[in-house]
Amino acid sequence: MSSKAPRRVIPIKVEPPSALSAAERSAVLDACVRLKNLPGALMPLFHAVQEAVGYVPKDSVPLIARELNLSLAEVHGVLSFYHYFRKEPAGRHVVHLCRAEACQAVGAVELEAHAKRSLGIDFHATTADGAITLEPVYCLGNCALGPSVMIDDRLQGRVSNSRFDDLIARARKSAVNPS
Amino acid sequence: MNPVKIYVSRDSAACSVGAEETARAIVAEAAKREVAIELIRNGSRGLLWLEPLVEVATAAGRMAYGPVGAGDVAGLFDADFIHGAAHPLAHGPTADMPYLKNQERLTFARVGITDPRSLADYLEHGGYRGLDAALAMEPAAIVASVTASGLRGRGGAAFPAGIKWKTVLGAAAIQKYIVCNADEGDSGTFSDRMLMEGDPFVLIEGMTIAGLATGATRGYIYLRWEYPDAKIALDAAIAAAYAGHYLGENLRGGGKTFDLEVRLGGGAYICGEETSLLESLEGKRGQVRFKPPLPALQGLFGKPTVINNVITLASVPIILDRGADYYQHFGMGRSRGTLPVQLAGNIRHGGLVELAFGLTLRELLYDYGGGSLSSRPIRAVQVGGPLGAYLPESQFDTRLDYEAFADIKAMLGHGGIVVFDDTVDMAAQARYAMEFCAVESCGKCTPCRIGSTRGVEVIDRLMAGDAARQEALLRDLCETLTYGSLCALGGLTPYPVLSALNHFHEDFVTSGTRHARPAAVR
Repeated sequence: MSSKAPRRVIPIKVEPPSALSAAERSAVLDACVRLKNLPGALMPLFHAVQEAVGYVPKDSVPLIARELNLSLAEVHGVLSFYHYFRKEPAGRHVVHLCRAEACQAVGAVELEAHAKRSLGIDFHATTADGAITLEPVYCLGNCALGPSVMIDDRLQGRVSNSRFDDLIARARKSAVNPS
Repeated sequence: MNPVKIYVSRDSAACSVGAEETARAIVAEAAKREVAIELIRNGSRGLLWLEPLVEVATAAGRMAYGPVGAGDVAGLFDADFIHGAAHPLAHGPTADMPYLKNQERLTFARVGITDPRSLADYLEHGGYRGLDAALAMEPAAIVASVTASGLRGRGGAAFPAGIKWKTVLGAAAIQKYIVCNADEGDSGTFSDRMLMEGDPFVLIEGMTIAGLATGATRGYIYLRWEYPDAKIALDAAIAAAYAGHYLGENLRGGGKTFDLEVRLGGGAYICGEETSLLESLEGKRGQVRFKPPLPALQGLFGKPTVINNVITLASVPIILDRGADYYQHFGMGRSRGTLPVQLAGNIRHGGLVELAFGLTLRELLYDYGGGSLSSRPIRAVQVGGPLGAYLPESQFDTRLDYEAFADIKAMLGHGGIVVFDDTVDMAAQARYAMEFCAVESCGKCTPCRIGSTRGVEVIDRLMAGDAARQEALLRDLCETLTYGSLCALGGLTPYPVLSALNHFHEDFVTSGTRHARPAAVR
């Protein structure tokens, strides 16, 4: 190779193809720029993306991998390990219903059946009107006042079937994340 | 006239039953009646069945009213509660209520009393005296004091804290870490949450002391996402501590540095296990590590790391402030100091009871707890979270002591006591224990990953008939889990399963022939 040939800059940071919207893409990149120098950045990053976008889109994985200089497998592996990070958009409100023992002792099993029946969905699903996503959770730390649910990030205790219906009705009426 | 001080907790358990609405109603009613009040949002006193608890500061001390719904507020003003007057919801002076009066609150000394957002309030109530004492001591002397106090890890494993710290102190490294395990995943436990929401400064102080003792300059609080209010409380307290030079470079002018931040988990129970927590903090899958190497030598990012539970770290300031002897004087046998017990599940007076080790389960369940919430007989209690044994009535006289529980093949764990009445189906509870293990297994070791799923299937077959053969299989599987698992999740899941099988065998007969249990009334 002639030493006189001009140096070519080889772009090593190729933008991976993705179906992210412009807003989603910039939210993901923004979080990457802000957090990538933290030691152990991946968890704070997933939290930031989920907070900004509402979930962690599948197509954000290659982007995050590129920005953090990790392999796709590493990013996907971590993302898929944790129950909390959702890979699909949620409804306007997320209801986490406690399935753990202390709540079972005061009727959580009955409440779970009622919730699924009244919402017409199973766990990890969203109602047809897009209002409510139902998720199981293993303890909300409200074990003396169960059964407990968390709607968005507000904890609710002593949730009887009728109180559950009231809370859901109120959530349906409010727009997004009243907290 | 000075405004009347009124306390309504901002603890998330209190808010889960309406404390927010009650607080708003009090402000509105006071404005309407032109009564000058100062509303203080404290932590919870831990009398959770009385939440929302309202306290009024009077000349005779703080008077308690509860549970106060928003609808009760006007009536309380009518009765002149701001001067501590009588009312059907009145309980007299809070400090004299038997539930509280008989407790020995060392770690929870300020929870429910101070404003958790106020550093000034913390200082006024004895805060940071432990740190000031530690700043005047050599690292080895701090470690010696923690060792002498007899403090053992309150997260469940009960490992002596001082020994862990000594190992980290003795390790040479350019960077060491203090990690607080705030991934309180055990059902029936909420003491970490209450402490972080109600007195976050004491945890910060404890971690700072741990930093001074071991030469660690950076700390992380690994907090579960399920505790958003604790995140807010900790972030606010950390900011206040930085502003007051209790954190950061040259803290308190003593030339030492300690930086602290909160990291959120992702809803994985296994991340309460210390090595998988460290993996998660490093931004990896929360999979358990082999030990050795111990985290004390190669922990976070491969560096020497103290990893302790919230209550362990929060118990350190009082040890440094009052001395190891003072703390060590509480307790029995090798369990020294106090344990914040959490009464949960089907219990009339659920809440937090901090006492020296040594009380019996029966005293807690009936004298403090007041029996079951449903008024039915208590049939089983599960102590120590989802990996804890189910204890029958015949074991209720067991004393709260790590060794006494180990002797009956049970564990005290993080001090959660979950009460079940006689409508409980213990075969369903055993099945749930296996199901939970299957959901939460990190997948690293085979006994836990596959054994838990097989366990659910075996219990299903057992309940469908074929009892004798399946029971033998279940016991064999439990042995494999106990001795073949890498960590406590697989290793202890047999506790709830076998204790249910051994103590409540009548529930494991085929569904067709078993006697009908009384239906739940609620």
